[in-house]
Amino acid sequence: MSFPLLTATAVLPAAGAVLTAAVPAGRRTAAKWLALLVSLGTLVLAAVVTVRFEPGGARYQLTESHAWIADFGVRYELGVDGIGVALIALTALLIPFIVAAGWNDADEPAATATRRWRPTQGFFALILMVEAMVILSFEATDVFLFYLLFEAMLIPMYFLIGGFGDRAHAGSDEHAAAQRSYAAVKFLLYNLIGGLIMLAAVVGLYAVAGNFSLPGIVEARASGDLTMATSTERLLFLGFFFAFAVKAPLWPLHTWLPNAMGEATAPVAVLITAVVDKVGTFAMLRFCLQLFPEASRWATPVIVVLALVSIVYGALLAVGQRDIKRLVAYASISHFGFIVLGIFAMTSQGQSGATLYMVNHGISTAVLMLVAGFLISRRGSRLIADYGGVQKVAPVLAGTFLIGSLATLSLPGLAPFVSEFLVLVGTFARYPAAGIVATTGIVLAALYTLVLYQRTMTGPVKEDVRAVKDLRPRELLVVAPLIALLFFLGVFPKPLTEIVDPAVRHTMSDVKQQDPRPEVEAAK
Amino acid sequence: MENLIALLVAAPLLGAAVLLCGGRRLDAAGHWLGTLLAAASFVVAAVLFFGMLGRGAEDRALHQTLYTWVPVESFRADLAFQLDQLSMTFVLLITGVGTLIHVYSIGYMEHDERRRRFFGYLNLFLAAMLLLVLADNYLLLYFGWEGVGLASYLLIGFWQHKPSAATAAKKAFLVNRVGDIGLSIAIMLMFTTFGTFAFGPVLATADKASEGTLTAIGLMLLLAACGKSAQVPLQSWLGDAMEGPTPVSALIHAATMVTAGVYLITRSGAIFDAAPTAQTAVVTVGAVTLLFGAIVGCAKDDIKKALAGSTMSQIGYMVLAAGLGPIGYAFAIMHLVTHGFFKAGLFLGAGSVMHGMNDEVDMRKYGGLRAYMPVTFVTFGLGYLAIIGFPGLSGFWSKDKIIEAAFAKGGTEGWILGAVTLLGAGITAYYMTRVMIMTFFGEKRWQPAPDPHRAPDVEPAAADDGRHLAAGPVGSPAAEGPAGHPAGELPDPHESPRSMTVPMIVLAFGSVFAGGLFSINSAFVHWLEPVTRFEHGHPPVSAAVITTATLVVLLAGAGLAYAQYGRRPVPVTAPRGSLLTRAARRDLLQDDFNHVVLVRGGEHLTRSLVYVDHTLVDGVVNGTAASVGGLSGRLRKLQNGYARSYAVSMFGGTAVLIAATLLMRAV
Repeated sequence: MSFPLLTATAVLPAAGAVLTAAVPAGRRTAAKWLALLVSLGTLVLAAVVTVRFEPGGARYQLTESHAWIADFGVRYELGVDGIGVALIALTALLIPFIVAAGWNDADEPAATATRRWRPTQGFFALILMVEAMVILSFEATDVFLFYLLFEAMLIPMYFLIGGFGDRAHAGSDEHAAAQRSYAAVKFLLYNLIGGLIMLAAVVGLYAVAGNFSLPGIVEARASGDLTMATSTERLLFLGFFFAFAVKAPLWPLHTWLPNAMGEATAPVAVLITAVVDKVGTFAMLRFCLQLFPEASRWATPVIVVLALVSIVYGALLAVGQRDIKRLVAYASISHFGFIVLGIFAMTSQGQSGATLYMVNHGISTAVLMLVAGFLISRRGSRLIADYGGVQKVAPVLAGTFLIGSLATLSLPGLAPFVSEFLVLVGTFARYPAAGIVATTGIVLAALYTLVLYQRTMTGPVKEDVRAVKDLRPRELLVVAPLIALLFFLGVFPKPLTEIVDPAVRHTMSDVKQQDPRPEVEAAK
Repeated sequence: MENLIALLVAAPLLGAAVLLCGGRRLDAAGHWLGTLLAAASFVVAAVLFFGMLGRGAEDRALHQTLYTWVPVESFRADLAFQLDQLSMTFVLLITGVGTLIHVYSIGYMEHDERRRRFFGYLNLFLAAMLLLVLADNYLLLYFGWEGVGLASYLLIGFWQHKPSAATAAKKAFLVNRVGDIGLSIAIMLMFTTFGTFAFGPVLATADKASEGTLTAIGLMLLLAACGKSAQVPLQSWLGDAMEGPTPVSALIHAATMVTAGVYLITRSGAIFDAAPTAQTAVVTVGAVTLLFGAIVGCAKDDIKKALAGSTMSQIGYMVLAAGLGPIGYAFAIMHLVTHGFFKAGLFLGAGSVMHGMNDEVDMRKYGGLRAYMPVTFVTFGLGYLAIIGFPGLSGFWSKDKIIEAAFAKGGTEGWILGAVTLLGAGITAYYMTRVMIMTFFGEKRWQPAPDPHRAPDVEPAAADDGRHLAAGPVGSPAAEGPAGHPAGELPDPHESPRSMTVPMIVLAFGSVFAGGLFSINSAFVHWLEPVTRFEHGHPPVSAAVITTATLVVLLAGAGLAYAQYGRRPVPVTAPRGSLLTRAARRDLLQDDFNHVVLVRGGEHLTRSLVYVDHTLVDGVVNGTAASVGGLSGRLRKLQNGYARSYAVSMFGGTAVLIAATLLMRAV
């Protein structure tokens, strides 16, 4: 038996979480370094997974399979396709930056520190725990195993949101605590309800198929050994899709996200939108389309409309925000609309674009949100109106914020352009009207990012902004590699598309869809 | 030879990267590095040009493929360059004028502490603009297209501590993005129609597609061109863009970037030729903008905004010519090149005047400057003669051909277009004579320098009336420049340093001779013919009659301006003016329309959506959640705490699952 590489990528951060939590109260710096080292070790393992993965090889690679609850057909089954590899790489890449960016976020003021209360250790242990669960959920090919992880990751997320809020708060401490607790509970309830509905669908799937193996069920369906009544398939599809649409989040199930991202610290907000939410869109591609191809095609028109609403609605609400972090949250809702649109356009450009979009959105939002977090921690306010003229006093901070903004509006040359254009062209090829509506999103994205930049960074320097210091070396070290990556993937996305494309080809054949043919066959 | 093409882009790109990331260590030498790399690009362009001349006319295009940029199934975009005669023309213009303006900026930006960054942005612009004209497919063109938009955004907002500059920059980017919708959709249409968006296959098989599709592609390309080239209805950003430093106005907002729309239409000629409806739309846009820009140019007292109106109008000529098809493409590009010389020269002259006049931009506060700035006066004067089409100078050759081609369109359309281009020539003579007289002739109307401590967005009392009502950034016409001047002192006009006057002199040479040289044996037309194709237009009246008519309207326009501004004193405060004058001062109310409909309307929309999201969407979903959550509410009473109640739900759920599976097995 070969080395269980996939298991290792999840066990390392999980074990790291336990160790970090066990670091004694007085040694919080040690806990930080431990967490950083573990996350870097996980990144190395993820790199090995990426290198070992052969794009032209079998659909699921590096597979592991063990009997688990034999009586119910539950197995511990892991395997990655190209889409999974891309998202594991994204997760493993972002966590070290999240840890480094949140270096001091959980440090309690000395006065309130006690021997027993160890917030710093807890903060980093929870982040590592989330990482372990997210990575394993990208690897699970057993539906039940996936469900357990999908739900279990809510618990550390709940404590991260509710326990470690943004210190920059307009109201009193009690008010801040109440807001935070509201956001955490809202996050939990929304995802819990989605999860419970999915649970019903998981049970239903078992009733029909008799096991939980994703490749097994897909193969049985393709060969005709397993048939589903149309209504059954549709109901099961809706059960799965609902849970993923809450997590993604899709309009109108999105309202938990601005609360959660607004109240959480900036690194945790990145963790939510750039990492955890990707499990939702990933699962749409992996479970909804593969298990229920006919139902997916049946539901496509409605989902495309919901995705379009998300794009335009999220962007318009971003324009109307007065809080920097809530603005980024609504921008993410708009971007998740693009991802869902790409998935359900059912073209290879759309689905490749959607997968690239998941990765690129993770990186670009991390840059924007982390720099915003650095700025907010300096001035102690999340309100856009409290800023002005920052570029005069902190040009490097303003410059990185501008690059994050330009990535968010998908400027060519930066990674998000490639994915956004692929999603648009993939959508347009199938549904021209939807493609045109989605294209208007590029103007709205320019509006909310550049208005934010103008109001915070340009103009005369506001009195309270004068003392804002430029980025510290640690902070620059956090954003510079991410920015470099945005440029690299913007001009050379091939390493990513090479891995993703074969997986998309498989999914396209699962849903029995082919790309529309061009009207005129141009001379090549 | 073809391996040199990438160097054209790489040199300024390297400059941008080094200057923008290099930090303060490069402050002392940054401007030299930037200028050197721009010049290097020009040298490479010259080498490629002479190499191209050495080959036969049909054999001149070069290709260089670096690698595949986006490879996804059938969607394939290469990072590949195509250098043919059309691209070559642009490359020479961009690198040539670009280098001159780098040199000029060394002096102009001398006192700016962020000069290194300015040169970084200028280099970035050159790289993006060269990418735009060298791309061999529409997606890569789009890359350059948005790249120049970014450079333009950064440079308009270069003095971003001024709210008016920051607003103008944002506005320019946003309006351009509306145009970019057009380019995006055009590329998508090409992909679904031809399966590719590379120039070669698309343009070669364009006639096989249905006319409806081609019309749609053409209209979308036109929308893109309207945004980038400030054509009606997307013209509103160009006037505000004058907030940028004057070298930027000369390079980006006069000579090169704003002509990208003309390039796009000319490059896509094969599509437009097969879509007459789209062509009609192109000439209509060109004709309307030609008059629109000219009328606005007549009313502005801000020298840069008057020139900006003129730029719109001249690009209107080019767009109109490009819409005429093979009888017009070559002349559109020829006017584009000559305009590049004389308009860049005029802007640099305006910058030189401002440099000597405490950064004052209001022409009502100029007057009599010819004696104080002789070089500026002569070079600006030659640019002036060129733009109004004085016989023998560059503008005469290129504009006259466009007027002839417009008449040659034939039918009623031809007469209308011909009349519009003639009328435009008259108005051009009027507003340019007005600028010339107000600036260099008449009595001195100089005013003390504005108070530098005054809030920059407060309008001076003498500004155009009604402007404070105009939407968007109107800015103060009196506060350009980073360097504050002592308040209350009269300006001390002086000639600008050599680094500024030499580029002006070089451009003046181009303004005088380029058109004539291009016209010897129709050299320019023959040069472009393999790319753009050329047909002789046959105007319904002889060319001599048209030329005579042009000269008559020219004299009429210039004479009217002389009568109004030369023979009477110019008031320092603008008179109220007629209804048309007042509307023209406010860009023919376009900004007011935008403000009421788009800005106000948009604000109401977003504000009500925020309310709806907070109460309705959240409320309904929460309400549903609450009724379901009632269950966990009861659990909470037992367990105390959400997380625990959640854990219970989850374990309960799992228990249900296990029970269900057991049951299933039993059955």
